[in-house]
Amino acid sequence: MQAILDFIKSSRIKSPWLMHFDCGSCNGCDIETLACLTPVYDVERFGIVNVGNPKHADILIVSGTVNHRNKKVLANLYEQMPHPKVVVAIGACGLSGGVFREAPNVVGGIDKVIPVDAYVPGCPPKPEAIIDGVVLGLQKFAEKSLA
Amino acid sequence: MMSILGFLLALVVGVFVAPILGGLITGLDRRITARIQSRLGPPILQPFYDVAKLLGKEKLLNNSWQAFCAYVYLVAAATSVVLFFMQSDLLLIFFVQAVGAVFLVIGAMSVPSPYSQIGAQRELIQVLTYEPLLVLVLAGIYVHTGTFKISGIYALEEPMLLKLPLLFLVLGYALTIKLRKSPFDISASAHAHQEIVRGVYTEFSGPYLAILEIAHFYEVILILGLVSLFWSTSFVGMLVLVALTYLAEILVDNVSSRMTWRWMVTSAWAVGLTLTLINLLSLTM
Repeated sequence: MQAILDFIKSSRIKSPWLMHFDCGSCNGCDIETLACLTPVYDVERFGIVNVGNPKHADILIVSGTVNHRNKKVLANLYEQMPHPKVVVAIGACGLSGGVFREAPNVVGGIDKVIPVDAYVPGCPPKPEAIIDGVVLGLQKFAEKSLA
Repeated sequence: MMSILGFLLALVVGVFVAPILGGLITGLDRRITARIQSRLGPPILQPFYDVAKLLGKEKLLNNSWQAFCAYVYLVAAATSVVLFFMQSDLLLIFFVQAVGAVFLVIGAMSVPSPYSQIGAQRELIQVLTYEPLLVLVLAGIYVHTGTFKISGIYALEEPMLLKLPLLFLVLGYALTIKLRKSPFDISASAHAHQEIVRGVYTEFSGPYLAILEIAHFYEVILILGLVSLFWSTSFVGMLVLVALTYLAEILVDNVSSRMTWRWMVTSAWAVGLTLTLINLLSLTM
């Protein structure tokens, strides 16, 4: 029994399925995020698959500022993901609101709405930095308890 | 009649060895697909990591029907594989797997999500397309061998492929639809296509998605088993035929774009019926 639980736990970081949500980003961070999935970086080597379904996702990658209109969407997506799950915030806007942080319609960074496990700074961050952030998120993903 | 030992062997191979083999083949499939797309691809054991991870996730259900349907799909897939290894009746195997296919659709339909609903409708159309073709192939096998029993096929002197080459093509056509490979991946959006999210799989998550994955491993083995029947006289011939057929499936999967369900139904039935008719007529000549 313990061997099975250990296998499940070690399998977790070998098979992270990630969902990418553009929370009002300028598309700069999104282009860099999707670049990770191309043959150049080929993140499927590490078992990472880009899914479009929060119910199948383990890692939520969010880029862009949160505003009062889309904060409900972000929270809804997060709630639909089964436990255990990890959130990675991408780019200056996702971290703090970036240059838009003082705009009247902006709530701020992702962590104002949902808990964030890893932050990737940059405007936009390089694909290497995004992969680095996801790897950091994966370490936290492995440590989370079994559901 | 089959001995008790033979029965137990079929049970063990069917229940335990088949899904492991199915998972390995799926892993190999992902690796070869990645190489065709000039990527490196995941490890061969990746499908097992995926299933183990999913089993360890939180159970989220919309209703209890979903769990029930997932289990029935798994049991039907496993039963059909065990029946295959027991060299049972081809028609029986066919109907048992059909029950599983229908329960997958029912599970997806029990949830009001539009993605799940559209996926279920498309899956029904896929079932509607490949099941008549499979029945035609089985009927052709009956015309040739005089029995629906798999043991009857193994009693043949020469491989069926030589007498039923066109029926083998029809089987390949039906199995591409059954495996949900491109150009027929319209119900589950296997790869990066996400316009209906994951279609029929959308609302199954965590351990229940793992159950569907394991059921799919069984289905891969059943499908390749059916293919192997066409070269039943030698083990090497069987392996070569299965490997070539699966490689062809992967190649077609990668070089073709997805088609509409209308094209799938008309082309599959037109090609399937014509080829079957020609093949059966040539048998009676």
